[in-house]
Amino acid sequence: MVFLGGQVLPGNVGRAILGPFADQRAVDTLNHTLGVDRPLLTQYASWIWNFLQGDMGTSYIFRSPVAPFVIDALGNSMKLAAVAFVLVVPIGILGGVIAALNLNRPLDRIISLGGLSVTVLPEFVTGIILILIFGVWLRWLPISAAWPRDAGFFTQLYYLILPSLPLFLVLFGYIARMARSGMIEALDSDYTRTAVLKGLPWRTVIWRHVLRNALLPTITVIATQTGYLIGGLVVIETLFRYQGIGSLIFTAARGKDFPILEAGILTIGIVYAVATLAADFLYSVLNPRIRLGTDQ
Amino acid sequence: MTEKAANALELSDLSVAYRVGGRNRAVLRNLNLAIGQGEAYGLVGESGCGKSTVALSVVRYLPRNGSITGGAISLDGQDVMKLDGEALRRARAESVSMVYQDPGKALNPSLRIGRQLTEIFELGGVMGEAAAERAIAMLNRVRISDPSSVMQRYPHQLSGGMQQRVAIAMALANDPTMLILDEPTTGLDATVEAEVLDLIALLRQELSASILFISHNLAVVSKMCDRVGVLYAGMLVEEGSTQDVFNDPRHPYTVALLRCLPRGGQRKDQGRLDTIPGFLPGIGADIKGCAFADRCALATDRCRSELPPLYDLGGRLSRCHYHEQAQALPRATPSDVAAAPKAKSEPVLHVEGLNKTYASHGHALRAVKDVSVSLRPGETLGLVGESGSGKTTFARLLLGLVPPDDGGSIRLEGKALAPRLESRTDDQIKAMQIVFQNPDSALNRSHSIRHLISRALKRLAGLRGAALQARLDELVRSVRLTDRHLAVKPRQLSGGLKQRVAIARAFAGEPRIVVCDEPTSALDVSVQAAILNLLADLQSKEDVSYIFISHDLGVVRYLSDQIAVLYLGRIMELGPSEAVFSGPHHPYTEALLSAVPKLDQTETARIRLDGEIPSATHPPPGCVFQTRCPRKIGAICETQEPPLAEAEPGHSIRCHIPYAELARLQKPAMQAEPARRSAKGDRSAGLNPPC
Repeated sequence: MVFLGGQVLPGNVGRAILGPFADQRAVDTLNHTLGVDRPLLTQYASWIWNFLQGDMGTSYIFRSPVAPFVIDALGNSMKLAAVAFVLVVPIGILGGVIAALNLNRPLDRIISLGGLSVTVLPEFVTGIILILIFGVWLRWLPISAAWPRDAGFFTQLYYLILPSLPLFLVLFGYIARMARSGMIEALDSDYTRTAVLKGLPWRTVIWRHVLRNALLPTITVIATQTGYLIGGLVVIETLFRYQGIGSLIFTAARGKDFPILEAGILTIGIVYAVATLAADFLYSVLNPRIRLGTDQ
Repeated sequence: MTEKAANALELSDLSVAYRVGGRNRAVLRNLNLAIGQGEAYGLVGESGCGKSTVALSVVRYLPRNGSITGGAISLDGQDVMKLDGEALRRARAESVSMVYQDPGKALNPSLRIGRQLTEIFELGGVMGEAAAERAIAMLNRVRISDPSSVMQRYPHQLSGGMQQRVAIAMALANDPTMLILDEPTTGLDATVEAEVLDLIALLRQELSASILFISHNLAVVSKMCDRVGVLYAGMLVEEGSTQDVFNDPRHPYTVALLRCLPRGGQRKDQGRLDTIPGFLPGIGADIKGCAFADRCALATDRCRSELPPLYDLGGRLSRCHYHEQAQALPRATPSDVAAAPKAKSEPVLHVEGLNKTYASHGHALRAVKDVSVSLRPGETLGLVGESGSGKTTFARLLLGLVPPDDGGSIRLEGKALAPRLESRTDDQIKAMQIVFQNPDSALNRSHSIRHLISRALKRLAGLRGAALQARLDELVRSVRLTDRHLAVKPRQLSGGLKQRVAIARAFAGEPRIVVCDEPTSALDVSVQAAILNLLADLQSKEDVSYIFISHDLGVVRYLSDQIAVLYLGRIMELGPSEAVFSGPHHPYTEALLSAVPKLDQTETARIRLDGEIPSATHPPPGCVFQTRCPRKIGAICETQEPPLAEAEPGHSIRCHIPYAELARLQKPAMQAEPARRSAKGDRSAGLNPPC
């Protein structure tokens, strides 16, 4: 899709690289060297083929292989995603569980409404507000995620806190809401009634009987959001000048550097697919009905 | 050992309300009842009358919007209402247990059976190996074979009957003084239901628990209980010994309920079933006088203004001013039926050698094997068998929803039907329609009833404009709906009304055959009676044929002319309804019939079927029923599959035992039935056993 889009959109690659005053012959020659004057399908086939072999092509702008750019950027994005993930998953689930256990009481209202309202705010809004509060006003955290060279693990972590906060806010409401509705359903279920009527202490009922069944659907949601955490961060990465895959794609798109653009997007696609697969796998491990479904 | 209170459970003036729309609405109204130590007490009534609320109040597990507004509950002398959290938990752990409908949901899907059982013993301080041993002993007690392997399994790996046994094992693990059973066998197959009931009866003798048995099924309650209470609109309207209440009812509601059941082998051409007009008062309704007065033909002005007390009639109670006349309650639906004897005509449906094989994990699963039946216009073919016997698959094959294997044929009015729905003509499609068990999921809830029926008329009958309007009116009248119902959405109607809409829709294209797949199973008996009457009326008027699937043999018997008994996809017995029911019959049919609980408790020895229905991927060799057959004669049953042989004209049985021999073997049981009927005499006319 992206490949097709890149080809169909107006704009001549050679012209874009060489500038408006270059000689038409030079443009044609460059186009030929890059292979962009070949038929569409041929280009697509050779691109896919090369990608599968680990060759992501050569950047039009930097005139060097794409792979190192993409891999670097992916690594950076994963760091940011990991921080956001570690923050949001436990807190989101905890929030949802607490809300469900206090259903329709003030605490539930606060968590549900609060979560929902920060979720609907786009991350560039929350990002800017957070920068203003923590970076400019309180000066607790660096406003840019670009850490100094040779920064150690904790320094990197320190730089990543602020960029991951808007992500946390976006995902918190979502995860909390899923966890909450999963909990409500599990609490209303017959098996919970069975457990309570067995005379089990409330704590045991929740830990042993409710939580596991309640959080199954949430896992799937979290996994799909992992894809977003890694691939959908154009705004955040730009805002915090972070060299992640989102900002790489953004830059490439502006410069019509299709090899990077295409390789970046395909990589994100793969990350999505892997995350979803991992979620399905995890789901099946936790859910005996799927795990043992075939050996009856 | 502490001294036991006189009553295991005592409710005094219990009132419970649900908060709906910001208002407390009464569900139980000053309910008094007492269950003695070791007694089994049955609570019956239609859905919505508060039966389950009683159970949930006793264990203090009312829904979030429910609250006890008055009265007291005393469990073994202990006031349940006064218990704090910890004491309540201990009471639940030690003295009261509950088993309810749908065991598949009652067990935690992600924990092994063993874990769910041992945790109960762990509460009592028995840990590890010892707890596991106790759990295995408990599973043995509920007659689960191979308990150690069951301990390792998850609930979904067990059949419904096994799940309910596990649930019962869990309930009895702490040796409670009070066991509450809330519709414990509803939704289970007749044979499984019978097994579970046998188990409960057996356990009652072994354990000391008193039982509160809640069911809408009067026959089940009559089998299990010593005393019975009839609940109506949250009030006890009648109470007494099971024998008295069911054989000699003293409240018009009880009388009417009993009359709704097709019993004593009653058939559609012998008259319509009685019904109860009107509806149960909604929850929180303001009731002045007798709650049943609006639906009672005996009601007078006194009934409407003065709440009848529970009259004590010497060991039994009735909440009716005119309790001595209750049995004179006039019928709500005239019994007479204009049954013109039908001329023998050509079959409308002729099925020959129909097979359906599914592939299941590399094995062939023969869901339907070599089924041949034919059906005349205006007749009903009843399909009977446990779940997994192929009833529904057969119906789907007829409708073209799944294609059959090559070779068989389905002929509709002499013309071959294409195996797939897509290749059938419009006429053929509208000639065969279906009514499902659950009208809730069969009707699109975002459309009005008018839209739903009009659409069927447009699609199936091709009607437009005034013709459509005229036919719509006629159709709506024929299923006894009124114009008032047309404007509303399905969720605003009761289950019975929704089923009428589903029936109207099926009849829109003037079908030749309607498949009824458990159409009354989700309905209360009074509504069931009305739907059965409707189906019978429509049949005699339109000369339509039914394929009627139901697990309720009394219902099947009422409506069917022909019966096919299916087991593992094969027809085990096929013949006229009367012949199949009165016998001599196939040993499987015999077992099915004996599994049905009867209202008058004069049950002959029940034939037990051992084990579960075998898997259709690995049917037993020889006769498929041989693994469970109580009348197996020897090696021939294990090696040779018997043919479906004609035993008498029109009545075929698939069994190696010769017909005459079957007749001899089953003779005692068959003689017992007529004798029982005459012994009962006329006093309880219409109160004969259901089958």
